[in-house]
Amino acid sequence: MDLNYSPEDQKFQLEVREFLTNEYPADIQKKVANGIKLVKEDYVRWQKILAKKGWVAPGWPEEFGGPGWTPVQKYIFDEECGLVDSLRTVAFGLVMLAPVLMKFGTDEQREKYLGDIYNSDVWWCQGYSEPNAGSDLASLQTKAIKDDSGENYIVNGTKIWTTQGHYADMMFALVRTSQEDKKQKGISFLLIDMNTPGITVDPIVTVDGMHVVNQVFLEDVKVPVENLVGTEGLGWTIAKSLLMHERTYIAQVPRSKKQIERLKKIATKELYNGKPLIEDATFKAKISAVEIELMALEMTNLRVLSKLAAGDAPGAESSLLKVKGTEVQQSITALLMEAVGYFGFPYSKEVMLNDWQEEAIGPEEAAVLAPHYFDWRKSSIYGGSNEIQKNIMAKAVLGL
Amino acid sequence: MNLEFTEEMVMLQDSLNKFLQNEYDFESRQKSSRNGIGYSEDNWQGFAEMGLLGVPFEDEFGGFGFGQTGLIVVMEAIGKGLVLEPYLSSVVLGGQIIQRAGTQAQKEEILPKLIGGEMKLAFAYVERQARYNLSDVQFKAEKKGDQFVLNGLKSVVFNAETADKIIVSVRTSGESISKDGISLFIVDKDAAGLSLRNYETVDGLRASEVSLNNVTVDSSALVGTLDEAFPVIEYTIDSASAATCSEGVGVVNQLREKTVEYLKTRKQFEKTIGNFQVLQHRVVDMFMTEEQMRSLSYLAAIKVAADDNADERTKSVSAAKVYLGDARAICGEQAAQLHGGIGVTDELDVAHYVKRLAMINTLFGDRDYHLQRFSQV
Repeated sequence: MDLNYSPEDQKFQLEVREFLTNEYPADIQKKVANGIKLVKEDYVRWQKILAKKGWVAPGWPEEFGGPGWTPVQKYIFDEECGLVDSLRTVAFGLVMLAPVLMKFGTDEQREKYLGDIYNSDVWWCQGYSEPNAGSDLASLQTKAIKDDSGENYIVNGTKIWTTQGHYADMMFALVRTSQEDKKQKGISFLLIDMNTPGITVDPIVTVDGMHVVNQVFLEDVKVPVENLVGTEGLGWTIAKSLLMHERTYIAQVPRSKKQIERLKKIATKELYNGKPLIEDATFKAKISAVEIELMALEMTNLRVLSKLAAGDAPGAESSLLKVKGTEVQQSITALLMEAVGYFGFPYSKEVMLNDWQEEAIGPEEAAVLAPHYFDWRKSSIYGGSNEIQKNIMAKAVLGL
Repeated sequence: MNLEFTEEMVMLQDSLNKFLQNEYDFESRQKSSRNGIGYSEDNWQGFAEMGLLGVPFEDEFGGFGFGQTGLIVVMEAIGKGLVLEPYLSSVVLGGQIIQRAGTQAQKEEILPKLIGGEMKLAFAYVERQARYNLSDVQFKAEKKGDQFVLNGLKSVVFNAETADKIIVSVRTSGESISKDGISLFIVDKDAAGLSLRNYETVDGLRASEVSLNNVTVDSSALVGTLDEAFPVIEYTIDSASAATCSEGVGVVNQLREKTVEYLKTRKQFEKTIGNFQVLQHRVVDMFMTEEQMRSLSYLAAIKVAADDNADERTKSVSAAKVYLGDARAICGEQAAQLHGGIGVTDELDVAHYVKRLAMINTLFGDRDYHLQRFSQV
């Protein structure tokens, strides 16, 4: 057992580092580092740079344009990206839909969509949750019924918590194509053009005052039958395989490491009783406690990777990574807010969107910290709530 | 021993709750929060008519003379209603400083107007470098003849922009962080050299950075004894902390009620989610925390009111404040979690209770600060 990278991996690490130094736009880096809201243009710009280099889709097989990295190389890439506050690629197309199309799609679908996903020319969103189908996703009610010609589905229903739905050109959605005795059975996986008549995207403002998620209304939306992925009724199987990818993606170890670094930086600048806050025994102990959790999480993550490298499929470990990963992220947001004391109070939507354009009120970093703490409560809710993850582990791992 | 409210206090509680029920729905609250001053002046006048602004003050100035225990009733209701009006700033902090340390002339000039809703106060005590240390005061006042010249910046001063007068803690002698050498001055908001930078706060209130640049005041602006204001500040902040713990009880009460209601109505997996034991236990934890918080908030109020043993006062106030800090996770974070996505939206009142609960942990020193303070007695 050892944690050392092979000489080839070390060489790869240097190559990644050099690429990020030269190619990662400084303005985007500054936004990510300061927690300023990112917009579509930021994502597209960075993803196109990555695509040009051939690195935008580390998870894709080489035949579809992936870089052919080993799990360790993927880990190194993530780690290096985290260290420089790299903007994480939008997962919907690249990480979630693409593997589904590779596994379940037709040649025509792969031909039609993968290239645009790779080049960030089409923005995808996810149509899963509904107002009455959250944790119990399989109870979803959005209906897709074939019209008389048999060439189109007519879709009616409502999707909610649609992240960046207002940016999206396309949606992959779970819809009900038949009523079955078992609710998981009648679900299908459908690709919907967001410009089709009958689609309305309503913004939902979250607790931080920002617009990221939406409610999407679908009224008699005509979707060609060739937009069905797999066969009718296969939607639940596809959704499960896809959510597994989403959950490993949200552990975010490198990002949390960077956030702890940021926390320490702030605690070094902030004063308490005339001394840096980081010298306060209580505060220091709280930082250490999160660091220990993160250390364990990183090692667990590496063990999962090591198994993947040996050819195993990801299993219920992705649930563990999701629960522990989000808990660590949430603890860090709380400590960041606590670090600035009273300066967590001032709120400015303008600063959240564009950073300080005038002298900051208190510490420069402070204005976004409380809103982030509140907003990040969502991480234990989305991607299958942490309660659902624990149910999965109870069932799949412990056999209860 | 008697742990019940007096009949008068119960009556006040009833009329306040009725007022909040009829006039203080969530939509109106949100509208007030965004109206530029951050609260409704009509509501403030309503509070004055109800006698609310006189609760802790002595009869001779027009108050009810209920003292700190009277504040329990008011502040719990303020928490339940997520009230924005500057009660804490003007009555609990500003007014009580005047009552405790002011000269007879200051009391006569200020308290009747404050109680009548004609004058508002704010208290400026936070400094950039101080964190929660009340004696870390660098804001300076120099004596020039019969007058004092004030210079410095105070941060996160709640409701300064709508106050008529601002009370400022100032170093008049001694080293920074020393408890000796701190004084209090009361300054007109429109005094030459005083400027404000106003902003909204995360929890929907208004605060300001208050900057004084060679503001000259007469010695009649001194509140209490020169260089010896620290005990007054400490007592007042303890009083306000105890009051804030009562507010926290009201906030937690609503989070618990709203969450239980949600568990009874939200259906997933063919049943209301309140059927799931793991969720039942979370709301039971919320309930137990609420009751324990209420107990500690009463204890803190009793010790502050008794005003005969500073150590006991410190311990009980800090204990209540530690519990309030713990409620951020047990009640606030859990309320959001149990509501799911809707719990983190701006549109639902729950998210705003969650915000207030987290922010009053910070106010007057967070959980860690009060745990340390408790352990040092």
